[in-house]
Parts: sequence; C-alpha cells; structure tokens
Amino acid sequence: MADPGNIGLWTVPLAVLGGAVRVSTPFLFVSLGECITERSGRINLGLEGTLVMGAMAGYGISYLTGSPWVGVLAAGVTGAGMGALHAGICGLPRVNDIAVGIALMLFGVGLAFYLGKPLIEPTAPRLPAIDLGWWSDIPQLRAALRINALFIIGVLLAPVLVWALRTTRWGLIIRTAGESSDAALAMGYSVNIIRLRATMFGGFLAGIGGSFLSLYYPGSWNEGLSSGQGITAVALVIFARWNPMLCLAASLLFGGAAALGPALQSVGYSHGYHLFNAAPYILTLLIMIATCSPKRTLIGAPAELSITR
Amino acid sequence: MKADVGAPVGTPVVKSGAGDFLRLPPFTAKIGGAAEYVVIPAGALLASLALFGIFVALFGKNPLDLYFYMYQGAFGTWFSWQNTLTRAAPLILTALCTALPAQLGMVIIGGEGALLIGALCATSAALAIPGAPPLVVDIAMAVAGMIGGGLWIMLSGALRQYRGVNETISSLLLVYIALAILNFLVEGPMRDPTSLNKPSTPEIGAANMIGSIPGTDVHWGFMFGIIAAVLSYILIYHTVFGFAARVAGGNLRAARVVGLSVGKLILIVCFLAGAAAGLAGMFEVAAVQGRTNANLAAGYGFAGILVAFLARQNPLAVIPVAILLGGIGASGGLLQRRLGLPDASVLVLEGVIFVMVLASDTLYGRLSIFRAKGA
Amino acid sequence: MNFDKISRRGVLKGTAALTVGSALPVSRALAADATIGFIYVGSRDDYGYNQAHAAGAAALKKLPGIKVVEEEKVPETDAVEKTMESMINLDGATLLFPTSFGYYNPHMIKMAQKFPKLRFEHCGGLWSDKDPKNAGSYFGYIDEAQHVAGVIAGYSSKSGKLGFVAAKPIPQVLRNINAWTLGAKLANPKITTQVIFTGDWSMPVKEAEATNSLIDQGVDVITCHVDGPKTVVENAARRGAMVTGYHVNQSVLAPKAYLTGAEWNWEALYPRFVKMFTSGETIPNFYRGGLKEEIVKVSPYGDMVSAEAKAKADEVKAALTAGSYVIFKGPIADNKGATVVEAGVSRGQTDPELEKMSYLVEGVIGATS
Repeated sequence: MADPGNIGLWTVPLAVLGGAVRVSTPFLFVSLGECITERSGRINLGLEGTLVMGAMAGYGISYLTGSPWVGVLAAGVTGAGMGALHAGICGLPRVNDIAVGIALMLFGVGLAFYLGKPLIEPTAPRLPAIDLGWWSDIPQLRAALRINALFIIGVLLAPVLVWALRTTRWGLIIRTAGESSDAALAMGYSVNIIRLRATMFGGFLAGIGGSFLSLYYPGSWNEGLSSGQGITAVALVIFARWNPMLCLAASLLFGGAAALGPALQSVGYSHGYHLFNAAPYILTLLIMIATCSPKRTLIGAPAELSITR
Repeated sequence: MKADVGAPVGTPVVKSGAGDFLRLPPFTAKIGGAAEYVVIPAGALLASLALFGIFVALFGKNPLDLYFYMYQGAFGTWFSWQNTLTRAAPLILTALCTALPAQLGMVIIGGEGALLIGALCATSAALAIPGAPPLVVDIAMAVAGMIGGGLWIMLSGALRQYRGVNETISSLLLVYIALAILNFLVEGPMRDPTSLNKPSTPEIGAANMIGSIPGTDVHWGFMFGIIAAVLSYILIYHTVFGFAARVAGGNLRAARVVGLSVGKLILIVCFLAGAAAGLAGMFEVAAVQGRTNANLAAGYGFAGILVAFLARQNPLAVIPVAILLGGIGASGGLLQRRLGLPDASVLVLEGVIFVMVLASDTLYGRLSIFRAKGA
Repeated sequence: MNFDKISRRGVLKGTAALTVGSALPVSRALAADATIGFIYVGSRDDYGYNQAHAAGAAALKKLPGIKVVEEEKVPETDAVEKTMESMINLDGATLLFPTSFGYYNPHMIKMAQKFPKLRFEHCGGLWSDKDPKNAGSYFGYIDEAQHVAGVIAGYSSKSGKLGFVAAKPIPQVLRNINAWTLGAKLANPKITTQVIFTGDWSMPVKEAEATNSLIDQGVDVITCHVDGPKTVVENAARRGAMVTGYHVNQSVLAPKAYLTGAEWNWEALYPRFVKMFTSGETIPNFYRGGLKEEIVKVSPYGDMVSAEAKAKADEVKAALTAGSYVIFKGPIADNKGATVVEAGVSRGQTDPELEKMSYLVEGVIGATS
C-alpha cells in the first residue's frame, strides 16, 4: 500500500523549504528593520538584544492579556524603545555607534533574561498558523506550507519598503541622511531625529521578529532562544546591499540553511552534524567574501555608515 | 575667577586595585586631560551602580544590601579577592584581542573563537609530545595556542584588508564556526574514548598542569595576562610600530599617503590580538580544565569585549577593568543566594555600565573642570 | 530571613559572625542545623534536568533544621569551584550537591580534597576508588522508566514510527534511546525509532526543527533527551503528535498529548541522603538504583493511553520494580546488523558494559557519529 507519508529523499528539499519559511521570519524582520536604519546612516548591532527583549515582552504580554497579537504589538513597542535608546545615545557627539550596539546587545539580553525569569514555566497563547497546503495529500508538503501571518506580512513588507524608499518623501529624507548628513541639514532636517525615527522603526520590526520566536516557532520563552540571529541579520543586510528585496531572499536562504542539518538527519544522514549546524554562518561568511570587493569596500553602502569609513 | 578652579580633582576616584596599574596615554600633557580619562569613566561607573540600585529597588530589594553583598562577594575577604582574580585572568587576555585591533580603528569581537582555537591547538601540542618534560610541554602549548588564535583573528583582518569584509561581522561569524569546529573535533577525531558521557580530548597529564601563584588559588594565567597587557601597552605607545598603528587607526588615507604599509600592520596586529586570546585558551586548558571540551566556551571572549571597551581600548587600563568585572561576576553568586536575584542581574549591571561608559564618551572635553588653567 | 526588614548593621554583624564561625572546622555530627548547597548548570525552572534537582532541593527545604542555598547557571569551569567555596565559607554549607555532569572532574574532586571534613555528592555515577572518600556519586537508571514509557509509546503509535530528539550520542543518551525502543518493540516488533541529534543540551530552535522534521516523516510519538524538553513537548503537541516526557512531568504543557514520561525522583532520594548525613551515617560513595530503589519514576498515564497499553506497561513496571526484569537481555542486534548482546547473556543495570554503550539497537534509524 502506498504510504503518502513516505516520500524518501524529497523530504530534504521540502524540509529546507519549510525551514526557509519557518526559520527565516525573524531574520526577515530584523534585516528589513536594520535595512532602514542603515539607509539612514546608522548601524545598530544591538538588534540581538532587541530581538530577545521583543521575544520576552511578546511572550509576557501574550500571557498576561491572553492575546498573542497584543503580545506581538507589545514586542514591537519594546523594540522601538530599545531603538530609541540606541539612537539617543548615538546621537550624542563623539559616541561610537558600533560600541553602543554591542553594549545594548549585552544590556538587552541581560534585561530580557532578568525580567523573563518568571516566564519560563507558564504557557502563553500562541500565534495561529495558516494552512496553505490544504490541497495536498502529502503531510510533509502540507507541513512545509503551514505558515504564519507574520511571514506573509514580512514578505509583503519587503517590496513596500523598496517602493517607500524610492518614491515617498520619507524615503528620500532617510536616504539623504544616510548619504550625506550635510545635505539633510541643508534640507532643513535634523539628522539625529531622522536617524532616531529610522532606528525606532528598525527596533519595532526587530521586536516583532523576536515575538515570532517566542510566540510561534519554537514557541516558548527560555534563555537559549536566540543564537546570534540578531547579529547575523545585520550581516544579511550588508550582503543584501541594503536592498529590502535582497534581504528577503537572503533571509530565506539563511532559514533554509539552518534547517538543512535536522532535515538530513531525518533521512538518515547524520555525519558531521556539528558542521551542518554551522552551515548558516559559513554560508554568510562565504557570501560576504564573494560579494565584497577590496577597492570600494561596500558598493552601494550609504556613505554616512560608520563601517564604510 | 573661574580659571582658578582649573585644577582638577587631586586624587582620581578609582575603584580598588586599579590605582597601581592605571596609567594614561602619554599624549595628554595637561593634568586636566589625564584626570578626565579616569574621572569620567569612574563617574559613569558610579552612575551605573546607582541606576542598578534603583532597578533592584523596584523589585523590592534594598540597594544598600545590594552594594554590601557586591562588595563582599568581590573584594570583601581574601577568598573573594581570589575569586575575583581567578575570573579576571582570562578576561585580561581576551580583552587584548579587542583592544589591540582597536588601535587600528578595527572593531574585532572574535576573542571567543580565538580562545577556542587556541585551546584546541594547545591541547594538540601537548598530546603530540607525551614524553617531554613539563616545561617543554607548557611552552609548546603556549606557542601552539598563540599561533592558532593568532591565525584565526588574522583571518578576519585579512578578509578586511583584501576583500573588504567588515571585521566585526566576520570575527563574530568565525566565533560560531570555531564553536562548531570545537564540538566536531572534541566529539570525533580528538575524542578520548574513555570520556564517555562528557566528550573531551584526552587529558594533558597532571604533571603538565600549570599551578597557582604561590600563596594563592589564582593560576599563573593572571600574571601572564598582566605581562601581556604591559607589553601591549609598551608596543602601542612606546614603539615606532605602535605609533604607525595608531596613525593608521586615526586616518587611513593619511597613513597610506605617508607610505605606511597598512596591510602588514593590520595582519600583524590581528595576529597579536588573536595570540592573546589563544593564550587565554591555553591557560584554560593547562591551568583549569586539563583538557579540551565544550566547557571552554564559557563566554570569556565576550566578557573580554566589554572589558576592552570599558578600558577605552587602553591595554594597561584593561587590567583594573578586568579585575572590576571579575569582581562583579564573583559577587553574582552571593547576590543569587542572599538577595534571591536571578543570575541575569550581573548581565544587566554589566550592560548598564557599558551603556553609561559609552554615553559618557560625549563628556570628554566638554566639562569645564578639566580645562587647563586660563582656558 | 527577610533581609529587607533587618537593619544594615544587623546584617553586617550577622555575616561577620557567620564568616568567623565558618572558619572553624564544622563537625557534621553536630549539624542539627545543616546547610546544604545546590548548584545547577542551568535555570531552575527549565521544565527539565535542573528543575528535577530543584524539586529535590525543595523537598529538603521542608525538613526541619535544614537550610538550603541554591545557585543556578554556574558554568562547568573554575567558577563552580569558587561557588562551592563561597557556599562553604560564607553560608556554612557542609553537604554540597553540584548537580551537573561536568562539575565532577576536576572541580568537585579538587574541592573534596580541599575540604576533607565536608561531603560532596555528584549526580552522575563517576566515583571510583582513586577519588576522595568524602566525595560520592549517585545516579538513577532512568532508562528503566524510559523502557516503560516506550511500551506505552509502542502501543499508542498508529504509524509504527517513533521519534527521539537527542542532544549528543553519549552512552547515557544511547541507553535511553535503546531502552525506549526495546520497550516499544514489546508492543510492536516492527516499530522504528528515528533519532535526530541536535548537538548540544539546550538548543530550542534545533529541537523545534528536529521535532518538525520527525513529524514530517510520519512519526507520531516523540520523546527526547535534552536539558529542557519543553520545546519538544510543545511543538510535538501543536503538530498533533503524542509525546512521552523526560526529567520531570510535562503533562501540564500538553495535556492531550502527554502519554507518560520518565522522571527523576530526587524528592525521595535527597531526604534519604540528608537523613543519613545528619545522623552521622556515611552515605555510600556509589549509590545507584532504578524503579526499585525509587530513584526514578514513571509519570501517571494520560487519558488517551489504551487499557492494553496500561496493562502491559504495569506488568513491565512491576517486574522492574521487583528486580526480576532485564532490559538488555540477549540476543540484541544493533541497527547495522552486528550482535551486541549475545543470546543467553543478560546485561543487568549494574553491568559496566552498559556504561560504554556506543550502538543503537535494531529498529533505530540513525547513526552515532
């Protein structure tokens, strides 16, 4: 009797597809947010801390209010707050924004663990899934196509951001602040306020990305939730050339790479699984090596970004 | 007249233990400028402690108790001091891994990875020459550890120099890769078959272990950390090489115009930085664990980043800051047991200190107290 | 003691007295008021390994005249040595439980040598004759409980495919995987167990991925051996699969999916140790047991477990508790075809061969390297 569940080696690409959808969502939100922040001329390495704070806040608020979507919103607001803190400190003269980012990473993670201690045991209401694969008989395909509304929002957000950056007034203002703070000043805008808003927006999205981790997948709060996703998302922005659509592609690629290890093991191939666990990081490094050039270190980078100078 | 107030604070307010070691960049000729480098970070530190006290008070704990236990756990008794110094030992070396490249304007946060690679190389060296006298083994381990760690960070520097890859991100990615290599080797090719339930490499042998500084419980890694920090300071501020590095760090274009071989500078400095962290890895194996296993990834590299930034990337200042941070970590246990604070409170405090010290960067040169007389 | 109510001077005086008092050698026979120290490598409330020990510590807090001090998230480096010394010097602890596997060598041994009058108990079964006499090891044969859980899993699986999310392929973990599978095979000899190794003891994203991968493959009952099974239990339940738990009872996390589980019973063992300690009796250096000695237990069965399954599981459990049942009884072949336990050979729980287990039995899909 044919077993619809047994599709042999097709499990691997399907699992990679499913993983690309599942695991990529936090990367997607963080990188899209960081994209806007960096376009305005500031690099926010503290997004790892923001991500974890968002995860904790989302889980906590969802538990307290009983609604996961309120939790997502709370996570976003928390993230915006962290972004404001980052922007506030970086706005002071002579402050190094890379160092502040690392400091906020530490602070955010510590604060989240501290406040999240009582949240490790309780179970909070989770975000629902949308079954896009209902037409299929194959359980693996259906599972791979079970997605979350946040993923859809993220996917739609990417082209919206491209359009917004290119055509709206706000997009122009942000890009100007990123290319030349003098030009922005000449236009009559305070560069600090622009970057503040851009960083808060980035933090808002990063917080939402964090809430995805705690409210959907893996779907619980504990202290091992993030393993450098915030920082690698910042790397994604660089090799996506600050283009939101490429951020989307890079996030999917990364999510798929992260799912490769367990997928291969589930079909029986388990040699060297540690190295598979490192696959996403190796992949990021290789892509960065391949796409950066020594002459103009970062083509297309906003000129005001401190890492390019 | 306001100018009479130009004389700055006579005795800088510095936390215990730091007074002997702290020296300041020689180019600050004015006393006012020099005191600034001590008073402002110290002020930020005090402000952070105050903030943390308020934070803790919000949860119903008495801040005075907090400060008391922090002091007791860190510097209150001879035992606490040893606890603090033991924790500080690896931090000095891993902080150099961030502080040295910072002179060139590079932000490297890969100390954890270099430590792990250094530990692996050191263990391999020890296992390769089983019959040799202990001193030879220890020296071989140190050399191997330094070379391994050095090459790892040099890779990051090379990627920056020849491929334009941002060194902050590449060094962090290399940390995760180093972790995977560690796990792979320790559970596979380098595994000791008798280490069944805790995969480890074979032990390096009790005879080869490095002991403690006589009269204390603190291992020799602490002394070598201090030596490395002093040597780094001399290198950066009292040699032509160091001067060239600082010039390149200040203005890359000017350095190239003047004819400095920036690529060589970057590679050498990165190698030295990685060597320091690799040495820390070697001491963790030779003085603490006796072998390599997953326990080595205890976050010393990341704590070292914090130390380096708090010490304003000055190799000498790294020593008292490492001791301070060691003290904070040492007091964490007492805070857990006496006040019921979660262990994450140490992380919060460190984060607040870091943020405050960075924010206080903006005060340099703006406070009138420090301006020279007549200014 | 509520420190908020006590004046600072009082605290200073009290702590000074304690420090001076602890400098004197503490004779444990006098300890009508004993302080016991617990050290955890992770969070106390991880719904897993550490929580099980914390439950044991909580049982001790209820005993009269016993004070318990705990510290969590202590890494397996020299930090734990300092923690132990701090508990001894500043809290006057006389009996210490460093509960993580990696604390033993060299850290606990060093401390035991330094404080010969105090007692150190380690969870892990590592003590040997060359180690100090004031150190001891204890461990539970939780694979017995896993075996019973496996029986239930075998009966409850409709697809005939089971899944196991494991951290690392070390003997203790392999023993659990094998015992679970052997139990399931009593229900269905053709059953298979798919194993996925995540690589480390606590990796929530990898554990969630592994759970989903397994269920994608058609697995419908899952268990795990990781430090915090919460992620696996919740993710499996959300996909509609069933679970058997590990370390502690996770039924509250997935009431409709939790069949049963293999749990530690430290709440019963630790008071036993403490009674021995305070009455002057020497705790055996090597103390291990399973269901019979009540060191491990099986969770209550969930509502969805069939009567047939319950009957068989109870039968096996009774035999194990009576001590008349051997899980690893030959002939057993591994999943590569070789014979690992010959016909007629019975490897009882104390058999040292089991400590070196490096194979996966027939029916387990996966490799140890």
